[in-house]
This record gives sequence, C-alpha cells and structure tokens, in this order.
Amino acid sequence: MTLPEVTGHPIYTAAYESSFFLGSIISISAAKMIAIGMEGSANKIGIGIMSHPKDGSPPQVLANIRHTYVSPPGEGFLPKDVARHHRAWVVNLVKGALKEAQVSVEEVDCICFTQGPGMGAPLQAVAIAARMLSLLWGKALIGVNHCVGHIEMGRLITGATNPVVLYVSGGNTQVIAYSSQRYRIFGETLDIAVGNCLDRFARTLHISNDPFPGYNIEQLAKQGKQLVDLPYVVKGMDVSFSGILAAIDSLAATLGLGGEERAREDAERASNVEQTSQDKDSDNKPTRADLCFSLQETVYAMLVEITERAMAHVGSKQVLIVGGVGSNERLQEMMGIMARDRGGSVYATDERFCIDNGIMIAQAGMLAYQSGFRTPLKDSSCTQRFRTDEVHVKWRED
Amino acid sequence: MAEYKPPALPAPFNSTNPAPELLTQGAEGHLYKTFSLDPSIPAALKVRPSKPYRHPILDRRLTRQRIIQEARCLAKLVREGVSVPAVLALDWEGQGGDEAGWGGAWLMMEWIDGPVVRVVLEQWEAWMKKNASSLDAAQLEQENARVKALLRRIGKALGGLHKAGVVHGDLTTSNLMLRLPAEDTEAKASPTGVSTQGEVVLIDFGLASQSVQDEDRAVDLYVLERAIGSTHPRSEPFMEELVHGYRESHRGAISTLKRLEDNPVPLSPPSPMTMTECFLPYG
Repeated sequence: MTLPEVTGHPIYTAAYESSFFLGSIISISAAKMIAIGMEGSANKIGIGIMSHPKDGSPPQVLANIRHTYVSPPGEGFLPKDVARHHRAWVVNLVKGALKEAQVSVEEVDCICFTQGPGMGAPLQAVAIAARMLSLLWGKALIGVNHCVGHIEMGRLITGATNPVVLYVSGGNTQVIAYSSQRYRIFGETLDIAVGNCLDRFARTLHISNDPFPGYNIEQLAKQGKQLVDLPYVVKGMDVSFSGILAAIDSLAATLGLGGEERAREDAERASNVEQTSQDKDSDNKPTRADLCFSLQETVYAMLVEITERAMAHVGSKQVLIVGGVGSNERLQEMMGIMARDRGGSVYATDERFCIDNGIMIAQAGMLAYQSGFRTPLKDSSCTQRFRTDEVHVKWRED
Repeated sequence: MAEYKPPALPAPFNSTNPAPELLTQGAEGHLYKTFSLDPSIPAALKVRPSKPYRHPILDRRLTRQRIIQEARCLAKLVREGVSVPAVLALDWEGQGGDEAGWGGAWLMMEWIDGPVVRVVLEQWEAWMKKNASSLDAAQLEQENARVKALLRRIGKALGGLHKAGVVHGDLTTSNLMLRLPAEDTEAKASPTGVSTQGEVVLIDFGLASQSVQDEDRAVDLYVLERAIGSTHPRSEPFMEELVHGYRESHRGAISTLKRLEDNPVPLSPPSPMTMTECFLPYG
C-alpha cells in the first residue's frame, strides 16, 4: 500500500500500524454478516472489518488498520490538521482493509462510523466518507457511539460478561455499568479527561507525542522514586483533574523542569548512565521522572478508587478497562491488586483494541444492525456531545 | 476465582470474643459488627485497611486524613442533633497491623439496627415490577405515596445535615439507613411486604467534609439524584419529593437548589473533549 503524501506540517511523523488477525481466516460465504467500522473521533483514523457468522459462533476480526496523526512535542493536535490527515488517509485505509480482509464490496452488509463524542472536524471528515460509501455501494449506514464501541469491543475480546467498565482516554473518563439496556454512567470526570491531563503535562515537559504522550510519561515514571504531594480529588464517584494539572504544572515551573531545554538534557542523561548516578546524590529536589511518577500514582489511585466504589455499589466483581489510557501497565497493575483484594478480576486489552480503532465501531455497529437499528442519511450528522447512556442497548437482554 | 479473604483485623479486634463479624466490604473499608466494652452493647467497626494498590505514602495520607475527618464530622453531627451513628473510639495511626506496623485505621461507632434504603427500594421495585399490574389504581397510588414520603424524609434528613454545616460527599442509597421502629405496622399493611418506616439515618461519612458552600451541597444532591436514577429507575420519577423535603428543611436550601439548577456541576454532563482543551498547550 502506498502512503499518501501530506504536506504542510513540518514534523509530520507517520506511524503506520499493520493489521492482525484474530483466529483463522475464514472462507467467504453468505453464512455471515460483514461490517466495516470507521473511526476518527480524535487523532487516529481506524478502519476495521468484522464478520459475524450467522450460526452464532464468535465474531471475527478480518482487518484492523489504523493511522495516527502525531503532533510535535509541546503541542497538541489541532482539529483542522487532524481532519486533513483523516481525509488524506481514509480512502487508502478502506481499500487496504478490504484487501486485507479479502472481502469484496458486495459482501459488506453495513458501514458503521463514529457519530460522537469527539472532536468536531475529524468526526465530520470520517462521517462524510462513511456517508459517501453507504450511498455509493448502497449499504446500510450505522452511527455508533464511540464509548459504546469501546465497551462492546472490550467485552468481545476479554469475554467479560457484565463488568464495571472504566473508560479512560484522552477525551473521556467514565465509570460505567450496564443496567436495563443502557450503559449507565456511575462516575466521570467533572472537568478534563485523565488522558488530557497526562497529555497536557507531557506538553509542559516537552515529552514526545509518539506513539502517544501517556506512553512516554509511563516510561519516564519508571525512573521516578519520590512521591510529591498533589491534590487528590474524588467527589463521590466523580473525579476532577484540572486542579492536579495546575498544581503539577506550577510545580514543574517552580523547579524549572518544563520546556524543551530540560527535555533534551533528560534525553542526554538517559544515554549516559554514569552521570545519572552522580546527579542523584546531588540534591533531593524532585526530578522530571518524579513528577511523572507522582502524577501517575495520584491520578490512577483516583481512578481505581472510583472503580472500586462502583463495584461495591453494583455488586460486581469484574472490571473492564477500555480506552487509550487503559493500555497503561501501572493502571492495569493497580486495578489488578484492587480486584484481587475484592475477589474479582480485571479484564484489559492491549493497544490494538483499547486505543481507538475501527473494529470496535464495526463490532458495536454490527450488534445494533442485527437488532434492526439504522441511521437514515438525514440523521447521520455527527456530534461532539453524545452521552454513553443515550444509546438504547437493544442487543442486550439481561 | 479465588475465595476472598479479608485482611487480618487490627489489634485489639483480633482477640475479642465473640470475634467481629464481617458485614460488608465497602469500597473504602470493611464494616464489622462487634461490641463496645461489654458483649451486650453492639457496635459497628469500620476498618480502613491499607490499600496495597496505592503508593504507601499516599495511602497513609489518605487513610489518616479520612478517618479523622469522618470522626470529626460524626462528632459534630451528633452534637447538632442530626441522626447519625455516634463515635465510640478510633485509631488513626493504624498501629494494630501485622507486627504492630501500619495496618490501616479504624473507627468504632454506635450500632444502627435497621435496613439500608437501597435494599428497601430494591425490594419494593422488584415486587412492583412483578406485581404492579395486579394492584388497582388506589393501591398503586398508595404504594407510590409511601415511596414518595420516604424520599421526602430523605430530603429532610439531608437538609438537616447541610444545616449543621457538613456535606456527605458520597450520597447513595447504600449510605442511608432506616432505624428500625419500635413497632412496624407498614410491612404487614402493604401487599409488597416492604416497610419504609423508621428514622432516616445517614451513614458512611468517609468522604464528608465541613462546608456550607452551595456548590458542595448541590453536589451532594446531584450525586444522590444520579445514584437513585441509576439504581432505582422506578423511584426516579419521585425525585421531586426529595427536593421538596429538602427545600422545607432549612433556609439555605433555596439557594442550594438554585445552584443545582444553575448547574455548577454538569447536570447535562460534560463532553470533556472540547476544542480549546485539545489544542491549546497548557500554560
């Protein structure tokens, strides 16, 4: 597959993630339904193809490819740039996914796309492509709630039947449990998402955004030892991160740890082990690594705490972590300890599934499609605000 | 799945006879039934074991802060005549762990005899879901009226709490109890067999704080409203009654309710990814 040229951004780095197969490649026949999922609510565009056999055997992933728009260190991604990125990639990715899945257009049953929540411009870019394909090929159009996509994919991959879901990403932070055909939100952030808090602190420290800021914070945090005092904000089952971000940003400013210069020094020091050991003895001031470590320890403790409250409240022993921040190993570890102490277990997925992808949209869309749901063209506009509990979960009976 | 074993009890509760009986594992801690001084005086023991998932420094700081905060709030509320369990004893240094090291903190409180509101509403809703069609209009009205009255009493109790200058911070129907009345007439009279009688007692002040700010009070109401909406769908339409009971409880209630309506907390909750947050580098 050839990569499209995108010009205009000097540090346009492209991370092409190849697809993978789940289970065996199955022969094409009419005994199954096929959905294309198109996701583009933030800086990733993902196209996935799912097959649902009609005999009731487990659904299969036929293709899952994704391309990420990465902004330079110290900057976030601008909606207009992300939208341009998505527009440039969408056709290639759809073609690539169809080729990889060995599926012809005729076999496809429905086109599923993210209708919200997310950033407006990127959502629109992908929605336009989905509408176009639906009209061009004469396929049913299914608008999918992004959060529900995450939940359904997590349930499928992990086999968790009725878990308390912690959905944590750059745009969302919610604790969700299912009850009478709704995914109900038990707790959520009162201001910014946990991933947004991490991303923005990464900008303060000029940490690389490749592959994503949270990953690099996690790596830096592994060298951290000292816990600095940060606000810890849990209100009932809700959390708040903006005060923590303000506190740690000002701490970084006071200690002179932010900015490009320090980021470069850090990188140099990492390559020179001897110097590191000398530096450590010199004083007790917190380092950049200590700040990352403290930020992680604090915000993840808050997340685990509200998840535990929700588990206690609904009497569930399963936890499912979804969303980009869900790939953080420290969060998974902390959640594991909490669940173990409650006699339960944690279900988490790896980057392929918990970071935004197309198959989750295909999966949730297919479930809706099978329950008779359709999105008429006139209702196919996307929205930045789309609550998880607005979706009628018709495909679940329990 | 491994059978769950609670952590060892801190001294002196590891050697009392009869041994404390584990009632619930809440999110924050374990609740035991034990006795105070004499086996004939029942008491509730709340143990906040250390949370191994947290960093030890953070864990100590939070546990210590919260148990002291909780005890202070309860002591103040008892003084103000609000219906909460009284404090009998506490240990915030947590010296009773393995080899007398850090083992979390504990708080011993007055024993409240009665059901949790959550169970009462659940039982009622389960019965109604199954049998509501067999009731005639008058009976249905009467059943609804009972729940409405209960919600109104809860609103009033919450008002009393706020009037005393404390906010609960974690109001769910699991944290409300009904003190068993001397004589229960309702359970027999109602076809549901569920009684809503008894004084409303507020429990679990683990996240409580002393505050008279409208915003904090409104958050209490908001959290409770949402907890009822998510766990008791059939009772949710009667939320108005709770608000009503609250409004009549004290003078500050009106401005709190106004704050709730103006929604400082996201009543139509946030879609956190707004454009400015996404692309403006912070600071």
